[in-house]
Formats: sequence, structure tokens, C-alpha cells
Amino acid sequence: MSANYNINILFNYTMMLRFKFSSLMALVVWCALAFSVPTFAQDGGGDGGAADSAPAAASGAAGLSADQAIIDQGKGLFDANCKQCHAVHEKIVGPALAKVHERRTVPWLINFIKYPQRVIESGDAYAVALYKEYQQYMPNHDFLKDDEVKAILSWVQAETIKGPATAAAPTVGGGDAVAATGMGGSSNSGLLTAIIAGLAFLLIITLAVLALMAATLSKYLKKEANLSEEDRELLNQRIDWAGIFKSQAFIGITAFVFVALVLKATVEGLITIGVQQGYAPTQPIPFSHKLHAGQYEIDCKYCHTGVEKGKSANIPSANICMNCHNAIKTTSPIIQKIYEHIEKDEPIQWVRVHNLPDLAYFNHQQHVKVAGLDCENCHGNIKEMEVVQQASLLTMGWCIDCHRKTEVNTKDNAYYDNLVQLHAKSSKSPMKVEDIGGLECAKCHY
Amino acid sequence: MEETKKIYWKGIEELTNDAEFVKYAEKEFPHYLPIKDSYGDNESAEPTRRDFLKLMGFSVAAVSLAACEAPVKKAIPWLNKPESVDPSISNYYASTFLDGSDYCSVVVKARDGRPIFIEGNTFSNVTKGGISATATASIMSLYDIEKAKAPSKGGKETDWATIDKEITDQLSQIAQAGGQIRIVSNTIMSPSTQGVINEFIAKYPTTKHVSYDQVSAHGILQANAQQFGKAIIPSYHFDKAETIVTFSADFLGTWISPVEYAKQFNATRKIGKDKKTMSRLYAFESIMSITGATADYRTPIKPSQEGLAVAKLYNLIAQKAGKATVQVSDVKVPYLESAADKLWSTKGKSLVVSNSNDVNVQLMVNAINEMLESYGSTIDTAVPSFQKRGNDAEMVAFVKEVESGAVQAVIFLNANPVYDYPMGNSLEAALKGKKVQLTVGISDRLNETTSLCSYHAPDSHFLESWNDAEPKKGHFSLGQPTIARIFNTRQSQQSLLTWAGSTTDYYTFIRNFWKANLFKLQNKETEFESFWNRSLHNGVFEPVDLGGYTSVFEKSAAAGAVDINAVAAQIDSNYKAGNAMELVIYQKVAIGTGTQANNPYLHETPDPISKACWGNYISIPVSLATQLGFSQKEGKTQMGKLTVGKHTVELPVLIQPGQAKETVAVAIGFGRKDAGKVATEAGGANAYPLASMLGDAVRFANLKDVKLEKVEERVRLAQTQTHETFMGRESIIQETILAEYVKNPKAGRYEPMIATYKGKERPTDISIWDIRGDGYGKKSGELTDYEKTLWENRKEALGVSSGAADIHVYANHHWGMAIDLNSCTGCSACVVACHIENNVPIVGKKEIINRREMHWIRIDRYYSSDGAPKDYDALEIASENPEVVFQPMMCQHCNNAPCETVCPVAATTHSSEGLNQMTYNRCVGTKYCANNCPYKVRRFNWFKYHQNNEFDYHMNNDLGRMVLNPDVTVRSRGVMEKCSLCVQRIQSGKLKARSEQRRPVDGEINTACASACPSDAIVFGDLNDPSSRISKLLDNEVKERAYNVLSEISTKPNVYYLTKVRNKDKAQA
Repeated sequence: MSANYNINILFNYTMMLRFKFSSLMALVVWCALAFSVPTFAQDGGGDGGAADSAPAAASGAAGLSADQAIIDQGKGLFDANCKQCHAVHEKIVGPALAKVHERRTVPWLINFIKYPQRVIESGDAYAVALYKEYQQYMPNHDFLKDDEVKAILSWVQAETIKGPATAAAPTVGGGDAVAATGMGGSSNSGLLTAIIAGLAFLLIITLAVLALMAATLSKYLKKEANLSEEDRELLNQRIDWAGIFKSQAFIGITAFVFVALVLKATVEGLITIGVQQGYAPTQPIPFSHKLHAGQYEIDCKYCHTGVEKGKSANIPSANICMNCHNAIKTTSPIIQKIYEHIEKDEPIQWVRVHNLPDLAYFNHQQHVKVAGLDCENCHGNIKEMEVVQQASLLTMGWCIDCHRKTEVNTKDNAYYDNLVQLHAKSSKSPMKVEDIGGLECAKCHY
Repeated sequence: MEETKKIYWKGIEELTNDAEFVKYAEKEFPHYLPIKDSYGDNESAEPTRRDFLKLMGFSVAAVSLAACEAPVKKAIPWLNKPESVDPSISNYYASTFLDGSDYCSVVVKARDGRPIFIEGNTFSNVTKGGISATATASIMSLYDIEKAKAPSKGGKETDWATIDKEITDQLSQIAQAGGQIRIVSNTIMSPSTQGVINEFIAKYPTTKHVSYDQVSAHGILQANAQQFGKAIIPSYHFDKAETIVTFSADFLGTWISPVEYAKQFNATRKIGKDKKTMSRLYAFESIMSITGATADYRTPIKPSQEGLAVAKLYNLIAQKAGKATVQVSDVKVPYLESAADKLWSTKGKSLVVSNSNDVNVQLMVNAINEMLESYGSTIDTAVPSFQKRGNDAEMVAFVKEVESGAVQAVIFLNANPVYDYPMGNSLEAALKGKKVQLTVGISDRLNETTSLCSYHAPDSHFLESWNDAEPKKGHFSLGQPTIARIFNTRQSQQSLLTWAGSTTDYYTFIRNFWKANLFKLQNKETEFESFWNRSLHNGVFEPVDLGGYTSVFEKSAAAGAVDINAVAAQIDSNYKAGNAMELVIYQKVAIGTGTQANNPYLHETPDPISKACWGNYISIPVSLATQLGFSQKEGKTQMGKLTVGKHTVELPVLIQPGQAKETVAVAIGFGRKDAGKVATEAGGANAYPLASMLGDAVRFANLKDVKLEKVEERVRLAQTQTHETFMGRESIIQETILAEYVKNPKAGRYEPMIATYKGKERPTDISIWDIRGDGYGKKSGELTDYEKTLWENRKEALGVSSGAADIHVYANHHWGMAIDLNSCTGCSACVVACHIENNVPIVGKKEIINRREMHWIRIDRYYSSDGAPKDYDALEIASENPEVVFQPMMCQHCNNAPCETVCPVAATTHSSEGLNQMTYNRCVGTKYCANNCPYKVRRFNWFKYHQNNEFDYHMNNDLGRMVLNPDVTVRSRGVMEKCSLCVQRIQSGKLKARSEQRRPVDGEINTACASACPSDAIVFGDLNDPSSRISKLLDNEVKERAYNVLSEISTKPNVYYLTKVRNKDKAQA
């Protein structure tokens, strides 16, 4: 058992060294990137300017706007509703949308986007051709208002003008910006290490200089003949190392330090029993969150459908994978594994990463929908994880700590109205979760 | 000088050098203290210190190993997730519970594809959201691992194709040869199932359908056939009745449609500020039933007096109506005159019912109801009930036919007559003697009857099947499956269809039936599909206008003139009041007729009156016990040998206050041989064979040759309550009579006062804290800083106005409960619902005897006896005809909770919403809390009840564990548990409200017990919400009927009780 812990401790030290090393590296990289990031940002800005001036030249489609606010609204709507199947310059599940406003009229598009199946069934030649090509119906989007569809189309128009190369640029820029902030956070500890190393270096130099001086002085003194007996004895005196090592004080201090260290290691080890922070099991299918959530920016809720509805966030079922992967990367051996499961009618057995004990009740809806927390709050920087690992401690202390610090998200929520008023009467500090019973046992244990 | 040597000795043993002393002289302790558990494994080898160290070392190593290597857990999602199903989110489906003549429209809570809870369906106008203990518990029968898992032939498992072919071949052969085929079933309430049977008969015309009921209503059916030309049970409207007289009909517990009647009856019993009237109930019965316990006036009568009592009531009413009386011998029945007076005074709003199977008694009851003008008001013959249509005469004929070898093929369609028909023995002999060429059994398991059949076609559970029902004319309900079939079973209707050569599946069959017959009864929906979906969603379809609709169950019979004098003459000759011992056979509310005998929930639910569970017993009145020398104390009793004619049963004897003199009673539903392990553990004896025949009808009484002898064997009954009275503690049960209540709404209330230097004060007003907010009587200016910080700040924080008397003010919610003792009938539906909702373990017979039952809610039953007020010995001896009060008792969620202050590890704490929370993972099992609880509602887990072979109930197998509620922790050994006011429901209700950015709506959050209660006795809600039902109720009642149990100890519970009010003219002496 203790062997395990020693290994753990060694591992921890190694990790710490690695971390220090990486933070030093981070410092260097950060310095190197400090100038390049604004460059990307400027590129983005330049595109915006170009888009502003473009529509004047190509305003063929009536009713589409070139107003930046509307284009931004369109982008938001596109990301929320269309992005899973469509891209502007690339064919994904559905057709590439570039120049769609030139191919069809705006009223036709609005009608089609809202009621695709109806249009296809009405026998519209263009729609039927589309259906034949893609072999599936696009779902109805009748919840979108006409203006909203126009906003989406305006954005598509703007993107069409921008062209494919530049459209990819902001993604890269965004990714680097995230990396940069991450590194900025660790630079503080890097600086500290550097100062300590500098001081240590100074100390060693001082010691060496002192030793050199002492040696030179002794050498010089030994040559002197007219020294008294006492002085000579003092000069030739050697440190009695054996005596020091055998002294009670030394043994006492050493024993104390040893026992204290062992105790500390044991206590720390015991505390980590059952804590699986960093647990990153190998999954049967190497699904990369870095690729899906990071690079392609697929919304977490697109796959984890239960996260706003219930206790469980839901591991996505294979049919959700199939929404895209019936068209994308169909020949990849990894994707073939999903097809195999579907053909054999066997569910994929993922390895559970986050394991709470049965005695603790946790509900995603409360934290994501009601409190409005980001997934990253507990799951760490999932967008950077090739293999998902448990980022947080998931201990009770960790839960409680957050409940003590976090303000209740009371905005527009009539549930909290009275509580907020009462709290404001008695306290000037904002209402935290603990103020409304967030530390009580039966909130999580029943 | 002689050398002297003093002897020092520690004791006489040493002085005398006793051999026993020498043996142990070297040892510090004379005996080793046993380390091993006392649960059966106390072997002789004494453990040594080394054993202890080894164990220590091993357990430390095991614990750390277990902790270091976290087990790999799999997360397995759907392959193709249906849109409407989400993991961890419950779906609710309306369905229909059908078990013989038991019916309930239900809503099934399904979680991750498995049903986990059954509630009543509020859309139904029959059951109106009420549910019975049997219907709630039926979910456990779904996950019963001892059911038949595949079709079988001669006891050997086979496949459907084989038995289908063989059965069909033989049936055709028999039918072609003109051989007789019979289908034997209990009441068929489903019109589509009836359609399937008709189709079967069309295919094999020599088939006859025989239906019987375990507890039949043959008497009523025959009487109505004779009188009205229709063999029907009318609809009874207890809600319209102001005076009700029942002759042994336990309509609140077991009679015909108890959930429906309980709903109706309790509507007339609710009283409050705006309604100070209630119905009056007279009960004349032999055993103490829950209807009798609820009655305002109850008279114990012997079965032999029943006919005479009814006839006497006829005469009393006839006199008032100015009609001719009939000639019958007189019988002395207390309160009968009073009942007649009251019935007559509320003429048109009166109702007389009887459970007698004697057609003459029922004709007499009809005649009384006619004189009282009940028809058209409290009795509706136009809307008959189809819940009991069994024909006893047909069954008698069937048994004779089988015995004589006149029948070539029998299909037992979910019927078990070998067990539950009085002539089951004859049938068993005939079946064993191979008198029938082809026998096919359809049932959920190989039971007493189907194990004797050549083929067994296992039926699916109702939660795995499609079905429909018509419990009352024009009241239809649909049953839908909520889980895929667990075993290789097939629903009975499908089997019959297959054997009838039909290729239609039963789902299509029902749809076709609804399309052809019911769709036209409404005009809301024009498309059948939407009509079907709406009906399926609601679970019920109750058209307003039936038009010329005729149910498939309505059959006309030849009506004849009823000569009341002839009827009276019959009664006079059949009933002779004598001193002979008589046997009464009765049905218990939980176990019912015994079809669900392998359901541990139903065995663990105590009988509401006797408080006995797990098995039946011979119930005798106090007088008979004295006469025969039986005694019973704290569950310890003797065995009795009951001989009725040729039959003998040996059972424990239970002394039942209130039972009629010279009667013995035995419950049906026990003594199942082939139901499974649970039924075997419950034991008991089968009481069906003890019944007698009255003409063609089964009579659940036996008046001849009844003998009870004492067997010198001490046994213990598994009783959960052995104290019968509350020993003069007036603050537990508070009771009054209606006359007093009208005069003073606070009548019956007991308000303890405590003498102080200032005079008498309420106990809740005395505290060492400044609970009045007046600075301990000082003027506010005199408050010390310390007092200010404590109380003033708290008041401010909670937004309480100055001077509020209650320190316990909650800012957000304040959950509370009110229980109306006037409505509680003791039916125990809440007990079962709580068990299932909260994963409360089943402990079994042995542990109940050890008093370790785990019920979070129990129904305390108190007799008010006629002992002198302070004579406690006399109080414990219950009287001949005591009054009964039921009191559901669960954690009172005290604001000043005595349990919270004694827990050394703070495992039980108070929440900011008024709940007393119990944290299992923190509990170390000191049991201090249970010792300090004045209500004795805390339950300790003496063992690990799950995955433990000592407790081989549902929690010991994977299938049974499917019923567990995933939102509630399964507790392990060594922790305390108790009612949490269904905190998981509170939490999920609040979350739903928050996610919709609103406050919770009253009624949206409800506890399992309150939702199950068929008489709406339990009201749960937020006391901080002024519009909630509980706030509105308590706002007024707190000044009138509401009280806290043991309020003198100032625990300030959040559970209130409303006084019991009996509709009596004056209090019983």
C-alpha cells in the first residue's frame, strides 16, 4: 500500500517538475506569441471591413441585409440551428450554402427552410432534385421567424463574399487566444521560480566566494610562524562530523523530520483515496473532444442532450453520431466501429469517467440550466482534451467550496424573487448558494 | 515460636480451591467475549487475539485495496435513443390495473424504460386518483423472479410454436367430435377480452365461458336479475348518501370497488369552517373491518343474525312507510332502531348495502332501498358496475361436469380455482385423475391449478400488456405496456386469439373494438387516431352522452314479481339465532384474494385492525378467548385447531376486540402452496375450503360444526403494534362527536397547560430563548447587545415582523402536512406507496417479530375502550365493541427536534425548509436519535437488507432490484432512517419550477403517501405559500381542529392532525 503512495508521490513530483518545466516553456512561448496574436486579431478586423464594403457591389438578392448587427444575429442563429448539417463552403450533411441566395429567391428559401418536406412533396423541381441527391428530409424550422431566416441568409451572403480561406481564420485565432490566456495564468508561478532560482544561484556564488576567501586566508595564516599555540590549534581544527551525526540533537531532529514527512505523506495519501482526479480511461472508440468541441466548436448540448433536462447529461446515443457521420469520414476505421455497433445492434460501452458515489445526488439541470454554469466549470478545459479526464476533485469539500463562493443566478428567475429581497435586507454581499441552504445535507443526500 | 503464615484470598473460590476457579485462575476474563455476529454463525471455535489481528490486517488491506483500485464503470447509452425517453427523466403513462375483480385506473412512472411507481389516475371518474394497496404493490409482481419464464408442457419448458400447434390441433379435434370446451376465468371486465373469448367460442362452438369470483356478489346479481331483469351490480353513490347502513359490506376496504367508494364516502365526511355536516354510517358486522372501525355506530352481529337483522330493518322502515310488515323471528340488534329512524329521516338520501350472497337477504335490502327512495339517488341501476360478474351457479355446474368427465377441454384463464374456490379439492382430484383430455393453464406462474394442467401458457403482467376495461357502463379505460416483456410470456388474450386461429394481434383487436364501438360515442375528435391517442393519454374515456350504447356485459334475465313475504319466510327458515360457534371468512385489504401472494410488500403491510402481518390466524373475540383459555400478550399466543366439517386448519389465535361473540374468523389469501418463496414464508392456511354453500352461492361463513380447540404450542404473531390504547395520553388522539363540534369547533381538543409563576401557559410559549421577541418580558430598549444580535438579526434576516411568536420561520419554503383523522380509513395504501417510493426494505416475518420493521409510515390503531380513565390495566384490555381511531404516524419533522440535538455526528439536522433531514452517509448508528424520538418513527437498519440471502426478497435479485427508485439511496447496515417527507420529490419539484423560472405550484409537489390516499386524508404542501391547500386548511383549523401530537413537550412538529369527529348524537358511555 505504502509503495503505491510512494510511487504516487514520486509521480506527483515528476508532474510538478514537468509542470514547472512547462510553465517555463510557457513563459518563453508566451513572450514569443505576445506579438503574433494581435496580428491575427487585426486580420479579423480587416475582414469585417471588407464585408462592410462588399454588399454594395453584389447586392443581387433582395431583402438581405448588409447590416453588421443582422449578420451577427444570423451567425448566432446559424450556429444554433444549421451548423450541425451545413457549412458555407463545404458539403457536410446538407449542401454547401455559398451563393444559395443567388441560386434561389429569398421567399422560396424562407418557405423551404421552414417547411422542407412540404416543399419537396409539393413537387418543386429544385427541391425534389435536392432530396434525390441527399436522400433525406431536412427537419422543419417553422419556429424561425421570416426575419430570422433572412438574417441567416444575410450572414451566408456575407460569408459567400468573404470566401472560404478567410472564413477559417477566426477559428485559428480563437484557438490561440484560449491558449494564450491559459499560459498567461501560469506565468506568475514561472516568475516566482525564476526569482527563487536566481536567489539560489546568488547564494551558491556567495558561498563559493566565501569558501575561496577562507581557504586563501588559512593558507596565508599557515605560513605565518609567530602564531600562538592556541591560534594554531584553531587554524588546524577540523569539523567533528562523526560527533555531530551521533549527537542526540541531530538524531532527534532527523527522526522528527522523517516521522513528520512520513505522516504527511500518509495523511495526504489517505485523503486521496477514492479521488480520481486525472482519471482518463481509454475508451472503446477514441472520441476526441478536442476535435469535436474544440476545433469544430460543436455545442456540448448538441450531443449531451439531457444536460438541461435532467440529472444525467446523457452519453450520446449512436444515432446522434450518425447525424453527421453518415456523411462525414465514412471510411475512417474509427467511424466504421460505430457502424459495426449499429449493424450488430449492440450499444457502445463507454467507460464512465466521472463517478459520484451513490449516496450523493447531482443534477445537471440545476447547474447548467438554472445556475447557467459552463460545462468547463467542473469538467475542465474539455475543448483541449484528446482523451477526456476527470478535471475536478469531485469531493464533497470541492462541492461545498463552490457553493460557498458562487452567487446564485437569480436573473429573470421568479423563483428567487422573494429570497433576493430578504437577502438584500440583511446583507450587503451578494446572495451565495450557501445563503439559501446550499450547504444542507438533504440537498444532495437522500 | 511457631511460624505463622497468613493466607490472603480473593474469594471463597480461591479459599476452597474450587475446580472451576482453578481452571480460569490464570485468565483475566473467565469467558471470551464473542466477536462474531450473533446471526446464526456463532460457532464453537473461540477466536484468539491472533484471529483478531489477522482480521484487522485483512480488513485494513481489503479496504485500502478496494479504495485504491477504482472499479471501471461502464456508461452504456442507447444505440438509437427514442425522442421521448431520456435517461434519468421519468415518463408517466396512464394504464389500467386489473386483477380479477380489482380495478384501478393508474398512472405508471417509468424511469429508463422500467416502471418504478404506480399512482392513481385523476382523470378517472371511477377511482378519481385514488389507489389501493394492492394496485400500488402490483408493480412488485412485475419484477417477481419466480414467475414462469417460458411456456411449458407437462412442467417442461418448451416454445410457443410447439404448444400453439398442439393446443390448436387438440382443440379442433375435440370441437369436431362435439366435445365440450370450457374457459374458466374470474370476472372479465375488459370488453375486448370478452370479444376475444367470443371469437374463440365462434371458432369452437362447443365452448362455454364460466366465470366465477373468489369473493362473489352472486346474491346481489341474482336479486337484481329477479327484480329488474338484469343481473347487475348497480352504481352506488355513497357521496349522495346522508345515512348509510352496511351489513358486513366492507365498502372502504374490500367490497366490490373500495377505492371508488372510499373517495365518495369521504367526500361526505369532510368538515370544516364552511361545512359542518357529515354523513352517518351504521355498521352491522361480525368481524372488525375498517368500515366498521370508521362507522359512527357499530354493532357486532353473528352471521346467523344477518338475515334477521335485515328483515327487522325492513319491518322498522315499513312501519314508518305505512306498509305491511313481514313475519320473521325477532332479534336484538343494538342501534338498529336508531339506524331505521335516521334512514327514514334522510329518505331519498339513504343507502343500505349488504355483502350477503343470500339472494333473499339482497331482495330484502332492495326492498328497503325502494322504500327509502334510494333508487335514482344513491343507487343507479342505469349505470351498472361490471366489477363482479362471476356466476357461482355456473361454477358449481362446471365442477360437477369435470368430475363426471363431461368436459373434454378446459382453459383456465388467469383463474386458480383449485386454490381459491371452496370446491377446489374436488376439482384438484378430477384434474389429477385426468378426467379432462386437454387442460391449458394461463397464469403468471405455475400455481395450484395450472401446475395440474398439461400445458401452461404464461401470461404477461398488466404492465407488459395492452388491455382495456369497462368497470362501469360507459366508463372505459385503456391499459398500455410500460416495459418490454421480461420473460418469454404472452398476454392471455393473444394466446386465445392464436388458438382461435386468428392472425390479428391483440393491440389491433382493441383498436378495432374501440373504433367500431366507442369512437362513435363522442364527437370531440373526428379522426380515430387522435381519439385513440387522447384516450391513451388520459387512460380513460368517459363519454358524456351514451346514446343507445349497450355494453357487451349487459345481459337481460327473466324478471319475476318479488313476493316479500316469501322472501321473509325463506330468511326466517335460513337464519336461526343460536349459541353455536360460527365461522366468518373474510378478505384482508392488503393480500386480498391471494392472487398476489408472492408480493412481499403486501405481506409486510400490517392488517389495519389486528396489526398482524405475514400469515393469517384465527381471530376470536375476547369472550371466546376467556371461555377457551386463550391468552395473548405482546404478540405471544397459542396455536388453535379449527375444525369445520371435514376440514381442519391449525393457526395462531389472535384475540380481536369488537368481533361478534361466538364467532371465529379466518382470512383468505394465505396458505398458497405454489406461489413462491415469499408466500411460503408467510405461511398460514387456506380458508377457501372452509366456506359453505347457500344453494348455488358461496357463503363466506359457516354456521355448522365449527369447533376450536387449544393446541399447547406457543407461537408469536408478527404484529407491529401490541399496545392497544394510548394509555390516557389525551394529546395523541383527539376526538369528538359532531354535535359537540357544531357547538364548538374546538371540541375534543386537548390543550395541555403548564403552571408557571405567571399562571398557566402553553408549553410552546415556554422557552429559555426569547421566542416571543419581547426581550424576555423586558422593554425593547432593555435588550442586551447579545440578545439583539441573536434574535433581532434573525427576525430581520427572515423578514419577520416584530413580535412574531414563532422562532421557526423559514424564508423559502416551509413544508408541512395535515392529516385528517376523520378521513383516514386505515386502508394502508400510503404504507405501500411509501415503501416503494423510498426503497424501504422488506424485513420478513422473523424480523417483524423481533420488532425491527422498517415502515417509514405506520398506521397506529387505537381502541377507545370502556375502562375507567385512570385504570391503565383496564385500558389495555380492549372491550367487546370498542371504537377505533386510525392515526398515520411518520416523522413529525419537529421544529424543535429532540433527535437533532443528540446526534454526536450531526447526521440528522434541520433544513431551511422545515425538514428534519437524515444523512445516511454520516450516520454511525448510535441510535441516540431513535431513543430520543417521542414519536418512535426512526428505523434502524439492523442488517444489510439488500443482496443478502438472509433477506431473500426482491432486493436480493437483479430483477427485483429494478423496482428501486434511483433517486433514493439504498441504505446499508448500521444507519438510521425515517420519513423524509419525500425530499427527492420536493427537490425535483423545486428544480422543475426553477428551470421554468417560477415558483412551484401547489399540488405539483406531493408526497407518495398523500398521492396514494384514496380518501384524501393527507394534505401536503408549502405553509409559506398562502394559496396552497395546506395553508388555507390550517389557517382556520389551527384555531379549531388541528393539533400536534404530544404538543406538551414543545417539539413543534410540522405535521398536524385534525381531530376525529364521529357523527353521533351523544358520546358513548
